[in-house]
Amino acid sequence: MATLDFSFYTWANISNYLLSGLYFSVALTIAATVGGIALGTIIALMRLSNIKPLEYIATWYVNVFRSVPLVMVILWFFLLVPSGFYDLFPGGSGQKYRAEICALITFVVFEAAFFSEIVRAGIQSLPRGQTNAGQALGMTYAQNMRYIILPQAIRNMLPVFLTQTIVLFQDTSLVYAIGAYDILKGFEIMGNTFGRRIETYLLAAVVYFIISFFLSMLVKKLNQKIRIVR
Amino acid sequence: MMAYWQNVWDRWQFLWDDRGDGVTYFQWMLSAWGYTVAVAAASLVIALVFGILIGTLRTLSGHRIISAFAAGWVELFRNIPILVQLFIWFFVISELVPGMRSVPGFVLACCALGFFTSARIAEQIRAGIQALPTGQRNAAYAVGFTQFQTYRYVILPQTFRIIIPPLTSEAMNIVKNSSVAFAVSIPELISFAMQTQEETSRGVEVYLAATVLYAVTALVVNRVMAFMERRMRIPGLTLQTQGAH
Repeated sequence: MATLDFSFYTWANISNYLLSGLYFSVALTIAATVGGIALGTIIALMRLSNIKPLEYIATWYVNVFRSVPLVMVILWFFLLVPSGFYDLFPGGSGQKYRAEICALITFVVFEAAFFSEIVRAGIQSLPRGQTNAGQALGMTYAQNMRYIILPQAIRNMLPVFLTQTIVLFQDTSLVYAIGAYDILKGFEIMGNTFGRRIETYLLAAVVYFIISFFLSMLVKKLNQKIRIVR
Repeated sequence: MMAYWQNVWDRWQFLWDDRGDGVTYFQWMLSAWGYTVAVAAASLVIALVFGILIGTLRTLSGHRIISAFAAGWVELFRNIPILVQLFIWFFVISELVPGMRSVPGFVLACCALGFFTSARIAEQIRAGIQALPTGQRNAAYAVGFTQFQTYRYVILPQTFRIIIPPLTSEAMNIVKNSSVAFAVSIPELISFAMQTQEETSRGVEVYLAATVLYAVTALVVNRVMAFMERRMRIPGLTLQTQGAH
């Protein structure tokens, strides 16, 4: 039976090993949420359009990414993004942060499939009369989406977006597969350096729990607020 | 054109190569697929047992400690990433809990994935129970059933029938989530793909094979569950749930 010793968690060690990892995890979550919602909205609109080829492409996109494990997708992108792409970043930083950049692209593309399903459900939950009313006023498709449909759909879907973001935040730990330096990697390296794997994995779990739990409380609050307005 | 297809054919020939110990990459791939299915199936059993139990306990009225325990269970297993939970089982629980060190890695991985998924199944069971009309419960009490009898004969049989659609996506999720077992050296499809890619440099072919096997597995699960759903559906009673990975 091992005895626990948390004394190596000094401020210097935390900022050395953990802070940049935490920063990357959070940045990846935010970027993937924003990028995923943007790309996902486009895919949802393609899926709901009357243009058959666009509809097929969007349906395939969603189905493919939903039936493959995220780890597999991460490995695919790490394999397929050409080395020249990383050279585009200034000062050799692209090659240095290969795994991190690749993770960012993967998450935006992968999460877009899931966000698009949420946006689609949001649009479909609106009464047809909203679209018809917009058209009756002489609005173009773009105006209708921009001023009538999307604002309502996204507002209704806000709690679901946040729930998906919590899932996304937990999923960022899977960049482990390509060795990107996220918070979990920081804890792992710290644990190996000090020979304290038990304490580091325990604290990693605590950190993830606190952030996810806090966000899910936020979702609950938001749900109540939206329910009152209706 | 001919030469192109010849080239494609040649690129797949590594599958019949010996990886160094008398096992071909093709045989390894099949065994890896077997591990993926085995981990997913065993985890699903654990997840169902605990999920049904916890989900039911959460809806008991008048037992504050029990329902608080069940709520805590769900929050605990839902708010920690599966990969971190896996590491906790392998490096923390197996070290700190006496007698756990001799437990094989396969069992630990199934526990991790099973408990993780149990929280999500518990939520679906709870949603299913709450989706039933209150009249069902009242009617059972009115004919003199105890709380246990009410659940055993009235509530749960109907719940099991209406939660099959969300359970389908959970069963498909568990196949996908079993991929994290690569991190603790369970020889499943991702481990196979990563190691074979390194040894043979046939990345595209290897990943394609693994991806197709995952998709096929998910499809089979989906069809089986869809068949069950058609047989067990209760007309007019459906359940709304939120998607996740």
